[in-house]
Amino acid sequence: MIIGDLKNTDEILDSIDDAKKVLVMGCRGCVTICQVGGEKEVALLASQLRIGDKARGRNREIIELTIERQCDAEFIEPILGKVKEVDKVLSLACGIGVQYVSDLGLPTPVVPGINTTFLGVNLDTGLWKERCQACGDCVLEITGGICPIARCSKSLLNGPCGGSADGKCEIDPDVECAWQLIHDRLKALGKLENIERVIPARSWATSRDGGPRTRIREDLRSISREEG
Amino acid sequence: MRLSYPTNVKIVRVPCSGRVNTIHLLKTIEEGADGVYVAGCLEGDCHFMEGNLRAKVRVEHARELIAQMGINPDRIRMYNMAASDGPRFAQVATEMTEHIRQLGPSPLYTGSGPEWPKQQDPKEQIEDNNPKPKAAAG
Ligand code: SF4
Ligand code: SF4
Repeated sequence: MIIGDLKNTDEILDSIDDAKKVLVMGCRGCVTICQVGGEKEVALLASQLRIGDKARGRNREIIELTIERQCDAEFIEPILGKVKEVDKVLSLACGIGVQYVSDLGLPTPVVPGINTTFLGVNLDTGLWKERCQACGDCVLEITGGICPIARCSKSLLNGPCGGSADGKCEIDPDVECAWQLIHDRLKALGKLENIERVIPARSWATSRDGGPRTRIREDLRSISREEG
Repeated sequence: MRLSYPTNVKIVRVPCSGRVNTIHLLKTIEEGADGVYVAGCLEGDCHFMEGNLRAKVRVEHARELIAQMGINPDRIRMYNMAASDGPRFAQVATEMTEHIRQLGPSPLYTGSGPEWPKQQDPKEQIEDNNPKPKAAAG
């Protein structure tokens, strides 16, 4: 899931300061699950903004709307009219949603209300941790299902490094050493020999080093062309 | 018991203080109330285990949110009292009314601008307006 964090209130206020009518727009995808940009959070932020405006004697309209997904045309098209009605959209979707709505070619600027932070898992109420960096060439099969790229501070493919002590990473005693976790997991799986397997220097072209990534699936594209 | 309490206090009944959400508190302020308080049962005495503790966290959250907007966070408070303690209910209603009277009308009503410095931590102003939880019985 994509995890995000609400932006600092002053930053939000600055970004919509010049607007007379603002649409606070939520998304029912990841940001609803991680409780930062769903219907509830939209209501809270919108109410908070109205409180700030009224206290300053400012007469500005703040409207609310949460759609199924902000990264999908089928859910955005029905609400284009609403977007055109306002001076600014304050989107609580992840950066993908913000860009998708901005790219529609509408005159309305779309500004982010959250910082998109990482791809992670919800471990407990209010606790999320990073799990994947979308490197494009997954090694979880070798590492016992623990990602060395996202979870090792140095993204070492052949760890641990000399900084691993008592299961913790040298960057912070609260951070678990991913390679210790990998070791322990492989041991439990009876695959400890994997730890000695050298993962050769890899091409990072599948990751961000290859520039922005595009995925094309001809099978799906040809079907959609047939369907017209 | 016929106890009197200030008529400006409007009661919204909920099955448990745990039903009160942050948005309910914000809405009262947004719609012009000068102050709002949650009257929950004594800590440790919640019929639904921890409704009043949840309410406490939400009151905290609402206080932070209005403070960020320049509103005195102490316009939102949480009080705990036993469900059967009528005199305490009346006393709290009077105390809260007095307290809000001192703060004056909400800036949302007057449009007079922020009354709370941005940098100040809303927690700094929290007074302990609740009795300590009872020691466990027995
Ligand atoms: S190896 Fe790459 S794709 Fe696999 S979990 Fe790690 S970052 Fe994600
Ligand atoms: S201590 Fe472990 S997690 Fe930290 S950088 Fe070294 S191998 Fe990676």
